[in-house]
Amino acid sequence: MWKVIKNRIEQGCKTSKYPRVPINLYHRYRGRPVVNEDCPMAVVEACAACCPQEAIRAGERCIDLGRCTFCGQCETVADGAFVNFSQDFDMGAVSREDLITDGNLPDLAGHAKTHFKKLFGRSLQLRQVSAGGCNACEADTNVLNTPFFDLSRFGIDFVASPRHADGIHVTGPITKNMRAALLATYEAVPSPKVVIASGACSISGGPFWGSPEIVGDLNSIIPVDLYIPGCPPHPLTTLSALLAFFK
Amino acid sequence: MDNLLAIRHGEAIGREQIPCVPLARFSAEMSSFIGDGGSIVQLFGHRQGSETRLLAIVRNDGLYALGTVVERNFPSLTAATSEKFHLFEREIAEQFGIIPLGHPWLKMVRYHANETGLPDAFGNDYRQETPGNYPYFQVDGSAIHEVAVGPVHAGIIEPGHFRFQCAGEEVLSLEIQLGYQHRGAEKLLTGVPLKRLPIICEAIAGDTAIGHNLCCCQAIEALAGLSVDRGARVVRTIALELERICNHVGDLGALSGDVAFNPPAAYFGRIRGEFLNLLLTLCGNRFGKSLVRPGGVSQVMTDEQRRIIADKLAEAEPEIRHVCDLLFTAHSVQARFEHTGTVSAEVAGRLGLVGYAGRASGIAYDARVQFPTECYAEVPACRNEMTNGDVYSRAQVRREEIMHSISVIRTMLSDGVDAAGPVLMQERTLAPNAMVVTINEGWRGEVSHCLLTGATGEIERYKIKDPSFHNWTGLAMALRNQEISDFPLCNKSFNLSYCGFDL
Repeated sequence: MWKVIKNRIEQGCKTSKYPRVPINLYHRYRGRPVVNEDCPMAVVEACAACCPQEAIRAGERCIDLGRCTFCGQCETVADGAFVNFSQDFDMGAVSREDLITDGNLPDLAGHAKTHFKKLFGRSLQLRQVSAGGCNACEADTNVLNTPFFDLSRFGIDFVASPRHADGIHVTGPITKNMRAALLATYEAVPSPKVVIASGACSISGGPFWGSPEIVGDLNSIIPVDLYIPGCPPHPLTTLSALLAFFK
Repeated sequence: MDNLLAIRHGEAIGREQIPCVPLARFSAEMSSFIGDGGSIVQLFGHRQGSETRLLAIVRNDGLYALGTVVERNFPSLTAATSEKFHLFEREIAEQFGIIPLGHPWLKMVRYHANETGLPDAFGNDYRQETPGNYPYFQVDGSAIHEVAVGPVHAGIIEPGHFRFQCAGEEVLSLEIQLGYQHRGAEKLLTGVPLKRLPIICEAIAGDTAIGHNLCCCQAIEALAGLSVDRGARVVRTIALELERICNHVGDLGALSGDVAFNPPAAYFGRIRGEFLNLLLTLCGNRFGKSLVRPGGVSQVMTDEQRRIIADKLAEAEPEIRHVCDLLFTAHSVQARFEHTGTVSAEVAGRLGLVGYAGRASGIAYDARVQFPTECYAEVPACRNEMTNGDVYSRAQVRREEIMHSISVIRTMLSDGVDAAGPVLMQERTLAPNAMVVTINEGWRGEVSHCLLTGATGEIERYKIKDPSFHNWTGLAMALRNQEISDFPLCNKSFNLSYCGFDL
């Protein structure tokens, strides 16, 4: 008992004051990209050519955040002439099209469906389904339950049964071998329900795009309400998206 | 041993140098090598012209290669020699439709069609989607009941199916069926431009992003003749150790949570995040994705990052020490950890367990010592004192390894050489008709990649092995005659990768 108390005193209170007090992430973190519209076309094309995810649309001078793994290659190759990744982790979106961006994202809170806010604003229970996820998305979702983020203080919880859930939070490129289990989980959630696609994999197949063993796009099998980009999304990206969308 | 070719990890050789012996000779060599205590690093099928060949990479104190040509079947070495072959042979059957004759338990591994067009080894109809549609091993008896768990589990974890045969609370048998995470990684890696390789390898198992991507990048370096400067090797070593600390710290917390001792669970959960943030400090990603690239690292570690890491270690080390003391001296924790999920040294040796699961059962093998890469030849090895093979030992090994990793990182930080510069992923010309094997000690154990290139340097075969491939059977054995309520605890003490296994 004495050791419990001693450790408790040493640990102190570590819970973040976010969102009341903003958090500044380290400058090497790569969040929402800022695109230079005036960049010469040759540089834009060089950035597009080096992108392993083919996420840059040179003609439109856009980046598809649903495909991007935020590896930073396009920033380094041109020394930031076309793309600069900011430390802004706020990147949730309500439609797939919004993720194809010149760096500006529509205000998520304003675009969120009001009936979801009314239904789930005070209490949101989610069932997480990993459908081929590499365990990075899963781990950084789990982290929201640690004392620093303390997700429960917002009335949001991850629950064990889809029957107890208001929606599903899906990670991974949806392997063919998980398709049926994912759909069964979705069916088991009572309506009205929300669907959240988390991470590049569930949005576009992520690193595995083009593999015949995956579905690669959650929205092609069930309608997605909220997209959270990243590889994996930073826990704060997930948290800020959940708060903006439901609160 | 006469036919085996001695090779070195991380060095490319011509494919024509790999001895290709008749099947009977191959079987005899494998039998005697493994029978004498050797272990399998890789054993897989590949196409060579119109033939299908098997390639074995085996180790004792050294590393050896041997190949053979197979037709439609071959005599199973699992039946004749050792359980160490059992999953490798099932994988060959699944990927190529070639049958290991006499295999004692020939069943699917990941549930997908083979690539040769031969009849499916298991008679599966792959228009049906579910891997779990399969007659599980059953125990008969009026007092026997069966418990089916998964693929979707009651937590934020990856999918897999567990089938327990129980008499009351006691588990008589646990059968583990995976494959739900199969994304076709090996196949994908052979058909895509080189620039995609590190991105895919970082997602083989996200918790081992550094471990798997190191194997990939070292292989490309060997095939493209790239050298890595000292500063970059220091960063890679630090990153691999940070990955180890993150996972071990997180798992000690989760183990504590599984025995309902909440303070360490909360503290370790938070401390794990601090180490993930150190990987972010190095490269911008909490899992170290984007850091390692062929030829070096994508971002240079400067004095600023060195200082942040050193300061965080100074702050976290006493905290970890104190929380470990709290966890390991609590009687209620000891009562649950000790003598639970025991894998004896004998069973662990027969199955060929690797990593901390092996070391907790007395198998000392550590790839950092035996096949050192990056800067591991310069640092002292970790010594594991407790080898009882139970949950307590596996937890204790993690504790020892966390402390060892911290001291390795400190040693590396004191080496003030910066990497020459950030390295970009570029298209490279790989050596034609070559083979390379890379090995690294990821946090779970031995990670290995093997690449075979064709006539123009294109990658013909990309074989991946996660340590979980060796260790899942260890978990099944740990559950024998345990209470089913101890399953979460045993499972977390191994914490194996589903996607690393399923590929």
